[in-house]
Amino acid sequence: MSTPSPDQRQIEGSRGVAETVARCRPEVICAYPISPQTHIVEALSALVKSGELTPCEYVNVESEFAAMSAAIGASVTGSRAYTATASQGLLYMVEAVYNAAGLGLPIVMTVANRAIGAPINIWNDHSDSMSQRDSGWIQLYAEDNQEALDLHVQAFRLAEELSVPVMVCMDGFILTHAYEPLAVPDQEKVDAFLPRFLPRQVLDPGDPISIGAMVGPEAFTEVRYLAHLKQLRALDLIAEVSREFRDTFGRDSGGLVRSYRCADADTVVVALGSVLGTIKDTVDEMRTEGERIGVVGITSFRPFPFEAVSRALAVANRVVVVERAFSVGVGGIVTSDVRASTANLGTGRRPREYTVVAGLGGRPISKASLRRVFTDAIADRLEPLTFMDLDQDLVNGELRRIGASPRSGPTAENLLHELRVNARQIPERST
Amino acid sequence: MVAQPIKFYQTGSFAVGNRLLPPEQRSVQAAPDRANALTCGHRACQGCGEALGARYVVDAALRASGRQLIAVNATGCLEVFSTPYPETAWQLPWMHSLFANAPAVATGVAAALRAQGRTDVRVLGQGGDGGTVDIGFACLSGMFERNDDVLYVCYDNEAYMNTGVQRSGATPPAARTATTQAVGPEPGNVFGQGKNVPLIAMAHEIPYVATATVAELRDLEAKVEYAMSLQGARYLHVLVPCPLGWGSSSADTIRLARLAKESGLFPVFEAERGVITGVSKIRRRVPVDDYLRLQGRYAHLFGAEPRPDVVARLQGCADRNIQRFGLLDDEMEESGEVRQ
Amino acid sequence: MDRPFAITLGVGSSLANKTGSWRTERPVYTNLLPPCVNACPAGEQIQQWLYQAEDGGYERAWRQIMADNPFPAIMGRVCYRPCETACNRGQLDESVGINSVERFLGDEAIRHGWTVPVTAHKTGKRVLVVGAGPAGLAAAYHLILLGHDVTIRDQGAAAGGMMRYGIPEYRLGRAVLDAEIQRILDMGVTLELESRVGDVAEAMRAGGFDAVFLGVGAHIGQRTYIPAGDSARILDAVTVLRETQGDTRPFLGRRVAVYGGGNTALDVARTAKRLGTSDPVVVYRRTRDRMPAHDFEVAEAIEEGVRMNWLSTVAHAGEQSITIERMELDDAGFPQPTGEFEELDVDALVLAIGQVSDLALVEGAGDVEVSDATVVVDDHMMTGHPGIFAGGDMVRSDRTVTAAVGHAKRAARHMDAWLRSGSYDEPAQPELASYDKLNTWYYSDAPKQHRPKLDAARRVSTFDEVVSGLDEATALFEARRCLSCGNCFECDNCYGVCPDNAITKLGPGLGYEIDYDYCKGCDLCVAECPAGAISTVPEQS
Repeated sequence: MSTPSPDQRQIEGSRGVAETVARCRPEVICAYPISPQTHIVEALSALVKSGELTPCEYVNVESEFAAMSAAIGASVTGSRAYTATASQGLLYMVEAVYNAAGLGLPIVMTVANRAIGAPINIWNDHSDSMSQRDSGWIQLYAEDNQEALDLHVQAFRLAEELSVPVMVCMDGFILTHAYEPLAVPDQEKVDAFLPRFLPRQVLDPGDPISIGAMVGPEAFTEVRYLAHLKQLRALDLIAEVSREFRDTFGRDSGGLVRSYRCADADTVVVALGSVLGTIKDTVDEMRTEGERIGVVGITSFRPFPFEAVSRALAVANRVVVVERAFSVGVGGIVTSDVRASTANLGTGRRPREYTVVAGLGGRPISKASLRRVFTDAIADRLEPLTFMDLDQDLVNGELRRIGASPRSGPTAENLLHELRVNARQIPERST
Repeated sequence: MVAQPIKFYQTGSFAVGNRLLPPEQRSVQAAPDRANALTCGHRACQGCGEALGARYVVDAALRASGRQLIAVNATGCLEVFSTPYPETAWQLPWMHSLFANAPAVATGVAAALRAQGRTDVRVLGQGGDGGTVDIGFACLSGMFERNDDVLYVCYDNEAYMNTGVQRSGATPPAARTATTQAVGPEPGNVFGQGKNVPLIAMAHEIPYVATATVAELRDLEAKVEYAMSLQGARYLHVLVPCPLGWGSSSADTIRLARLAKESGLFPVFEAERGVITGVSKIRRRVPVDDYLRLQGRYAHLFGAEPRPDVVARLQGCADRNIQRFGLLDDEMEESGEVRQ
Repeated sequence: MDRPFAITLGVGSSLANKTGSWRTERPVYTNLLPPCVNACPAGEQIQQWLYQAEDGGYERAWRQIMADNPFPAIMGRVCYRPCETACNRGQLDESVGINSVERFLGDEAIRHGWTVPVTAHKTGKRVLVVGAGPAGLAAAYHLILLGHDVTIRDQGAAAGGMMRYGIPEYRLGRAVLDAEIQRILDMGVTLELESRVGDVAEAMRAGGFDAVFLGVGAHIGQRTYIPAGDSARILDAVTVLRETQGDTRPFLGRRVAVYGGGNTALDVARTAKRLGTSDPVVVYRRTRDRMPAHDFEVAEAIEEGVRMNWLSTVAHAGEQSITIERMELDDAGFPQPTGEFEELDVDALVLAIGQVSDLALVEGAGDVEVSDATVVVDDHMMTGHPGIFAGGDMVRSDRTVTAAVGHAKRAARHMDAWLRSGSYDEPAQPELASYDKLNTWYYSDAPKQHRPKLDAARRVSTFDEVVSGLDEATALFEARRCLSCGNCFECDNCYGVCPDNAITKLGPGLGYEIDYDYCKGCDLCVAECPAGAISTVPEQS
């Protein structure tokens, strides 16, 4: 681990996010606990309570649904509003998530990515935020904690310029609970980068309006299309804001996609979030062995940067999409968007595409396993949809059991029994 | 606070106004320049009690706040009939988010105003009984518990009217709705335990809880005005008859609200910090029949196979309210007077 | 503000949606006939003058009365107030004390010296009024206001007719009577007293009158056959009451029996008490509830010590006593003799069994029809003789001051039309504002304010008015008890209860207007109008 630079401190990712959010001067923070985002709102609670962040109202709400709802109320009243959630919490607030986007309210929310039950599981994957890919929110995925911090500053800027809510997705535990040297963006620079919130619409007795009308078939399509156009405009702005951020803070973060060693890559691995670090390490190793392999990291999953992805994959013959979530009964979620990007490469040829589902529910993603699947891909012997490190024996046993008895009991418990793992051996964190 | 009766002997406190009253004693609704917060052209049914109640409440709140008011509305009839694109009938800053979250959105509005230092602007949350008693109840309770500076008003028409008259937690026993049909041996809604949100609100010991009806405008306005003079979470539960859902004449909306109160079925009272501080006494007591017979939703109690047993149980509910809330004044109590 | 499309809307934009198209029936403001007005023999617009009085506009209220009746102060004392009997408030708690408010207004007018200006152009027509009683005086009042020249001739020494010579002073103080008569005379009416008209046709011709109003009253006491001793003292009520007005009041004796059951019988009995009779007794054939006299008069008489002998007839009158026979009512309610007799010691027997008119003056006018001892008039109050009108007790009707005043008004209006060779159409009466049309919930519980009365002990020694007037506060209270049946009194209910803001408040005195662009026709305004002053009509499709 490298020595911290002068503006870095050895802090937990959540702490860094909290301090960064505070420097964005939100006026209303809505908090409801759920692992693994709790450390963020806990830290913000202290910042508000101590007076370090002021003026700011910190509201302890009774549910995630209320958290997003209160954020909606705050935003529509002209205040910068922030909340954070994960997993079940995100799903519990879904109705309000869509509503915030539909109303065009520039709320920023951190999603500390975590699996969705059942079976209940507190560990990381991307099932939660992926479920909201059609909600109308911008979704930015952080590769590391420094980017997670930086993306929050950019998120407020994007949200308010476009009047659209932004989700900053960071991998639960892997990032949120990791201690590392982090540079919390400087307050003066944040202030310069992030102008005062000028809402596109606001509830004001001086200029009354009605917000949230019922819209019928005569205009609903147009409303939805306008929301789509807004996201398309975001593609330009995300890149622009990222450049401006680099100019102000001297760091690369954000943007639409980032390519790594792709210039001559025959095989390109596509992924989102913290797994990119492990993938890059694996790729580096394989490069030393002469494999022409590169990496494309997608930061902006919504809007999806088709053109940028298309350009990044322009020379690849083979694309391996590593996903921390999947669409049951279909397969890769990111893959389908990547496939749509490569369909128009203009070269008349299409790369072969592989989906690797990995790291579900907190299963570690090891370099060895990645290397194995990448090697198989390069040899073109990888299945189009691969569940990395799947314990096939365990699955086969359960399939036999199901086949033997129509009342075979719950699969999850059966699998645990099969593994002779009892509850005490489950890591002791809970929701 | 229950409206102080006006010592005036023509219509006293009962009518909306009176040319003979000094201006300061006139109701908000009597003012030629009242705000008309919910103005003409809205699409509420003929004789809609909720449209009336909402204008009564919001106009009064606007006056009490010097027109510095923001309203948050739950999904429901009031929202649908007031704001179908491209027309809104509201004349104050108003927003609708979802069915279940109006109290939480109001919390957010209040928090933003506090952060902005805009203590002059007040927040009003409003919804129907479905949005309040059922689906929005968690948000409501949270808002109460935090004592957020919101006046929340429930316009109670005792069922989900917007979706076609289905039972809500506020639907009274024996009432027919689309999901409690008037068939079988126990027609209509069940005799459950009831869900008295005003009493539940009182259990939160919030600064102010009150009930009212659209039949007693001055009482309603006085309660809004008093509620607006307080800070923190306040709850007002207004009975608003629904001609469509109740199967009543559009001209009977106010009469029904009056009979609900005069029969004892809907106690009108107010409470501060969990303690009842005022009760609106019954003026001309009526048996529940007088109230029930005007409504199609109770027609099965009086039809070819009348159900006096069910009516008697409903009378029992009214009698219990009368005793529990002390709805009769002493004189009437002694005489046991029931005006037919 | 750069508003998001469709989701965010400018306030009040719903005005573009004209919901009036939903309507199948529309509410309209109406003016129904209040029962008090319907019942008033003088046709007073009672609801309207109470409305004026309610805000302290006493002079406006008084002028409203004066449009129909020149005697508010007298009415407030002697009218038997059929208006109060008809008053809808009687079904709610107690009728409005209309009469006491009228008296208050009449007294206010006298106190302030309010007058009615004569502004009409002179028509040059000359009218003779025969009789200066309530009918004659009222006719003169209306006729002079219509621009005619009016001369009244009366055989008495003072104007007033039965108001002076029939109604005891304790019911109608003479200062009040004089003031209201003088106000009429001051308008330019010529009054010729002690001037008997023997032949009206002749008087008309001789005086060059274009028309005549007859209001000679009914001053002759009716007699009935009573077996009597030579020395029995039998008087008639009209004479007793008239003489009481003279300089020397009659003494009837210590014990007096009055025979009859009408108001006159009670007037005489109560007058006798005041003249020193210790034990006046009224003898009447039937029971109290069948007496023609008003109950309050009976009650007041009893309070003053008048004894009532119901179910009794006078069988024989002697010098110091009369014999009365007990009666009982048959199934049809008629009194039948029982054969049981009783002696009453009395010094005099006064007959109060009705009065008749002296109609000698029309005998010469051949086309004036007389029937049943009264002059026959048509709907216009005109006799069979063109130009000769009649009213009051001499025509067939209730014999009250109020009825006489009503006759006079109607006669004057038709006479005016007749003199101008035109016709007068009485305004059509709207539908009656019956009790069921009201929404009485809205009226305050307000107990009737009763006028103070003189102590019974003091009454018997004086002719001072028994009943006093209301002070201003109580008169105002009483006026405000009016339910304003069938007529808007600006309570703002319609304006308030409209769920669609479709009613505009036009300002004080101007009422309201319904905006049919938005009115959905729910009829809440109709149902919640306390006064029943809004009705529903089908929408024209």
